[in-house]
Amino acid sequence: MTAPVGPAAASTGTAPAGPPPLASPTPPLAAVLPRPALVAGRVLATLWADRKARIGLIVLAALIGVALLAPVISPFPPGDANFARSLSPSGAHLLGTTGSGQDALSQLLWGARVSLLVGFVAGAAASVIAIVVGLVAGYLPGAADEVLMFVTNLTLAIPALPLMIVLAVYLSGGGVKVIVLVIIVTSWATGARVIRSQTATLRTRDFIALAQFGGERLHRIVFREVLPNMTSLVTANFFAAATAAVLGEAGLEFLGLGNPTTVSWGTMLYWAQNSGALLTGQWVLILAPGLAIALLAAAFSLINFGVDALSNPRLREKS
Amino acid sequence: MPADAPTNNTLTVEKAGKVYRARRRGEAPVTALDDVSLTLRPGDAVGLVGASGSGKSTLARLITGLDRPTSGTISFGPLRVDRLPRRGLRGFRKHVQMVFQDPYAALNPLHTVGYTLSRPVANYLRLGHQATANRVDELLDTVGLTPAAQFRDKLPHQLSGGQRQRVVIAHALACEPRVIVADEPVSMLDVSLRAGVLRLLERLRHEQRIGMLYITHDLLSARLVTDELLVLHDGRVVERGPTKQVLQHPSDPYTRQLLAALPTPTPTSRSRSGRSNPPPTAPGDTP
Amino acid sequence: MTRANPQRPIPPEPILRAKGLNVVYEPARGARIWPVRDVSLELAEGEFAGLVGESGCGKSTLGYALTRMLRPPAKLESGSIWFGGTDITALEGEELRRHRRGGFALVLQSGMNALNPVRTVEGHFADVFRAHRRAGPHATLAQELLDRVHLPAATLRRYPHELSGGMRQRVAIAVALALGPRLVVFDEPTTALDVIVQGAVMDTIRELQRDAGFTALLISHDLGLVLEATDRVLVMYAGRIVEDRPSAGLTGDPGAGGARHPYTRALLRCYGDPRADEVHIEGIPGSPPDLSQPPGGCPYVPRCPLAEPVCGQSDPDLTRRGNGATACHVAAREAEPAKDHDAG
Repeated sequence: MTAPVGPAAASTGTAPAGPPPLASPTPPLAAVLPRPALVAGRVLATLWADRKARIGLIVLAALIGVALLAPVISPFPPGDANFARSLSPSGAHLLGTTGSGQDALSQLLWGARVSLLVGFVAGAAASVIAIVVGLVAGYLPGAADEVLMFVTNLTLAIPALPLMIVLAVYLSGGGVKVIVLVIIVTSWATGARVIRSQTATLRTRDFIALAQFGGERLHRIVFREVLPNMTSLVTANFFAAATAAVLGEAGLEFLGLGNPTTVSWGTMLYWAQNSGALLTGQWVLILAPGLAIALLAAAFSLINFGVDALSNPRLREKS
Repeated sequence: MPADAPTNNTLTVEKAGKVYRARRRGEAPVTALDDVSLTLRPGDAVGLVGASGSGKSTLARLITGLDRPTSGTISFGPLRVDRLPRRGLRGFRKHVQMVFQDPYAALNPLHTVGYTLSRPVANYLRLGHQATANRVDELLDTVGLTPAAQFRDKLPHQLSGGQRQRVVIAHALACEPRVIVADEPVSMLDVSLRAGVLRLLERLRHEQRIGMLYITHDLLSARLVTDELLVLHDGRVVERGPTKQVLQHPSDPYTRQLLAALPTPTPTSRSRSGRSNPPPTAPGDTP
Repeated sequence: MTRANPQRPIPPEPILRAKGLNVVYEPARGARIWPVRDVSLELAEGEFAGLVGESGCGKSTLGYALTRMLRPPAKLESGSIWFGGTDITALEGEELRRHRRGGFALVLQSGMNALNPVRTVEGHFADVFRAHRRAGPHATLAQELLDRVHLPAATLRRYPHELSGGMRQRVAIAVALALGPRLVVFDEPTTALDVIVQGAVMDTIRELQRDAGFTALLISHDLGLVLEATDRVLVMYAGRIVEDRPSAGLTGDPGAGGARHPYTRALLRCYGDPRADEVHIEGIPGSPPDLSQPPGGCPYVPRCPLAEPVCGQSDPDLTRRGNGATACHVAAREAEPAKDHDAG
């Protein structure tokens, strides 16, 4: 045979060696790390490998940093209303002041706390409800499934925003807590549906039958066999719920259905609108919180792009 | 084996039938299994051969308690499997285990071999932490995955098909069952790996006196691991007898059809005459 | 065209000629692997060849490469493919389609499941005819094709779910034959089918090949099936063809046209006749090598009972031995005694 090319060339080119190198045994990393750390590490590593998700993670980390460091980096206390009203951006007030004389930049920095808190708390709680409802309904066909899916479909059938508004009005005056609650109630159903159908698929898989023959009890099958195979779905569901929560919170606050004295991006929009910021040329007061909300929602969505690969340990290796 | 009364560990299927009700009005009910009887004593290996749709998988479901017959009885010693309540299933499975067909689907991709094997040990034998770990190593050793330390922490995708199937078999063995239902255990494996797995099954039933019901469409593997053969066709047993005899002198046309459909390259019987040497064997200086 | 082998009396013109094919598989993450390494082969017009090997040996990838069906992350890294006198290695788009039309077709194991569930069988034929702008009475053509795979004309109006697995695979084969291909690659066409159905479908394939005279390459993991159906066997191991020999006599002595590569011989020992008085089969210890690290020597060394120091040093070329070719250092030396008159 004439001059070989490609890998054959590479192999014949190397110095004659002994037996060919075979796949080296991988170190038993699983044995070293505790399980939750292992899962979280795998989630992060996989996300980081995706370019879009990496951008999302960086933006999210930056926003979390701002929220945590708000007391340090904020030039003034957010409630301090001792400045001239409706000032345009200047050296002293980078984003100007609000209609009631507060520093807009300080409000923006402090406002990150509420948005992130609502996003994470409501997103996590809605996910937990979705997981429990979805797993139970998917794994136990029959009465449990019927009832749970009836409630789920009912929740889905009612348009979310009007329901949020009605609930928020009904429970008015409770501030952030009520808003979180309202968002949880209206946003778990989509995830529950998705998780239920995935569970129903996994339920018929051979490895579930194997676990049953191995004498595993119901809760163990559901939480140790089924759930870990839905990491990507659960993660995606969490970030989707968190995005909805951030947007929902801003929407409700903007409509004045929250507590207007809270400092958040939503209330900033609410006050800017109330004091006719656009009419007075203070578009910064609308643009800054609006951009911040969009940035956070975009970060969550970008992370979700990288979630696909999570449930598949083979994806990082040869197939 | 003397024809004495069934011992406690004998699996008996008597005139079992399974009729699935019609899904829609106007459709005829489907008879998946009709009047099948068999006895499986400890150390016996019975083959159940048939094409897909012959009812062999239905019978496996009935025997493992996943489904109930619509007629006839299935018992394991004094225990009536066909009347077992849902909660009795777990206790029953300590004695009757199953080896699955597809080793690529039967192992949870996220669990290590050690975890997968430790579960039945913990659930059925209720051993302590250290004893469980020892039992897992012992199981890996039994199925030929040695040294055990090298396989314990592996994930399924790091194993070959043959190694995975050995893990599945070890899982079935973990609780020291008396009966194993093996559903096409080698059909998903490369031919080069089949002999090893079949030899393992053969060894287990002799050494541990496990009764084995071997379900397959592959007559060669049935010949290698079973003593008795039942040929199923359209839910009925069309032929039964000692494996070698059934295969050498098939009386049912369907059995003959199965045999005829089998492509068999056999160096010894087809093209070789007495003069030729056996295939080359290893010289002394193998690396 | 150059002759494949000047020694043979009337060498049939090769319809397919592949030279030095290397396929690389580059996943988004993880190691690159080489499922096909430096493969050269020729298929003569009207020949029925078989390609056998264990899972992961690269046989399907080679089938895809030969029919220009490789999709990312797999890619033809180097080598050339000539089909009927045309270099199809670099053809793209409409040009490639023109050569496919009446050129080559691929039938997959999953072909039976690739049928569109909401289209009738007739619709599938219509799609193919339309995509390749073939004129003529489509319904009549489709009926003829179904007849050739032994399906009644009424099948045309059926939906895939109304057909059994065997019937669906027959439809897939008929669709593949719709444009009158000169070469058909069958990738495990019967693996998903029942034993008896499998035999019947294989008979049909063989019959079609004989009648229509197309060249066929049957890819299968089952050496038994391949030996029964084909004229010539190509054995693949770790991305390379290690043996190439006529099917008839492969089970015999090396001197009498039997397999010479220790891997082929070991594969043959994995089979047995269940009707024999004494049945014994052997396996092959170990498993195929990791294709992400092409070994320095013969990839079969770790499993080979005949391996010698030289085997670990260089990967043997596929060279002519007796009535075929073998890639093995040991077989090359051993089987050279006087009886090989036809070797060059």
